[in-house]
Amino acid sequence: MIINHPILGPRDSQEFVYLGAAEMMNRPDGMSAGIEEFHEWLYHRDNPAGEHRELWYHEQGDRSWLVVTRNTLTHEISRVELARDVAKAMGRSK
Amino acid sequence: MRYSGFRVIAEALTGHKGWKPVWRDPAPQAEYDYIIVGGGGHGLATAYYLAKEFGQKRIAVIEKGYLGGGNVGRNTTIIRSNYLLDGNEPFYEFSLKLWEGLEQDFNYNAMVSQRGILNLIHSDAQRDAFTRRGNAMILNGADADLLDREQIRAMYPWLNFDDARFPIKGGLAQRRGGTVRHDAVAWGYARGADSRGVDLIQNCEVTGMRIENGKILGVETSRGFIGAKKVGVAVAGSSSRVMAHAGMRLPIESHVLQAFVSEGLKPLIDGVITFGAGHFYVSQSDKGGLVFGGDIDGYNTYAQRGNLPVIEDVAEGGMALMPAIGRARLLRTWGGVMDMSMDGSPFIDKTPVDGLYFNGGWCYGGFKATPASGWCFAHLMAKDAPHKVATAYRLDRFLKGKMIDEKGQGAQPNLH
Repeated sequence: MIINHPILGPRDSQEFVYLGAAEMMNRPDGMSAGIEEFHEWLYHRDNPAGEHRELWYHEQGDRSWLVVTRNTLTHEISRVELARDVAKAMGRSK
Repeated sequence: MRYSGFRVIAEALTGHKGWKPVWRDPAPQAEYDYIIVGGGGHGLATAYYLAKEFGQKRIAVIEKGYLGGGNVGRNTTIIRSNYLLDGNEPFYEFSLKLWEGLEQDFNYNAMVSQRGILNLIHSDAQRDAFTRRGNAMILNGADADLLDREQIRAMYPWLNFDDARFPIKGGLAQRRGGTVRHDAVAWGYARGADSRGVDLIQNCEVTGMRIENGKILGVETSRGFIGAKKVGVAVAGSSSRVMAHAGMRLPIESHVLQAFVSEGLKPLIDGVITFGAGHFYVSQSDKGGLVFGGDIDGYNTYAQRGNLPVIEDVAEGGMALMPAIGRARLLRTWGGVMDMSMDGSPFIDKTPVDGLYFNGGWCYGGFKATPASGWCFAHLMAKDAPHKVATAYRLDRFLKGKMIDEKGQGAQPNLH
């Protein structure tokens, strides 16, 4: 698979480390969330067949985190974003 | 029809006119006591043991495609019970004991071959860990032998003993481990279940579940609604998709594991060799092909095919362990989709829905578990209580801090 890095252009997926679903960016607030909410966040996944937003880390590159939208039935990648841009769009910039 | 040597001779002398189809092709009835979703190894074994060991009736297996068309026919056929943890080892040893009597039990030749499995050791630390695992196996009634370098050299003189990174220092052998003709396992269980009145319904996809007041009433399928008192789902690889019909999210990601077969070669490997440090394991089929594999690809996928980097990685592992493999040509590669759970261990449990049961999360170890998985799932469904060797495979074990993490990797399915 070739991942079209927003800054570095097309890169081989071997340069990346895969973490999992991008929903993991939405970690519950540790000061207010209960154990059930943390359990749901850490262990449960939608695991869809089809379009999947997921986190890839460019370990052998610029060490950026990417949010890749990829089809789990065809491996086709339709969108690649910097995870920091996704987080900022969710109002997480500080 | 009972199979035997006499039967083969009698049929040979009469032109093979007496063989009958091995199972019926029934239309679904309106309602059953038990519906098993998934006509693979685990689902068929569950139906077989429900009928045979637990005396249950009115059972159906519903399969989207054809019987045994999924992972039971895509694995590398290895059976073993070489686990460390208390939640696992008794279960897998129960499974290995069932394998040992399976062919007599279901009167079908599954070519169970206890040719032995060998895990290679490359360092003192690994020897300590394997010694501990071997002791855990023996404590649970399994067999384990710690071998030194010279004993392994006597078995496999052509291994690369002096690799710079992973020199072979010894190994942990389980001589009762081995291989099984995997398709025949599905066929044997299917035939055994069918002959006990189980309806095996193929080309019938579950498209929904009818649940009212927290109780399952049946399943919606591509061939209409089928009612059931109890529904068991055994569809590892697609568990998240099917259980989504019941509104459940699972601690599972679907990943692909690739497998490989070389061209047919003369007898070279009489057992199974695993080179865990190099992400490579190998055996030789009765046809002569080297059957080997390595790691999962590592990203979520439902495609039954992997990518080239893993093929390269597996080939490198093979070359490091047995340089002679470089002269063999790769004949086929394929992939199977598996449930990778959050701790690398499976689930056999009730769900929050009354009458709905779940069996899945087998990671890449489902094949060897087939008999025990079927037996324990049948036990759970028939008695509403877990079998004593499967009490730890609960869906809520992460919430309760009772993970069964053989590798100690944490909630990272692609690292198990």
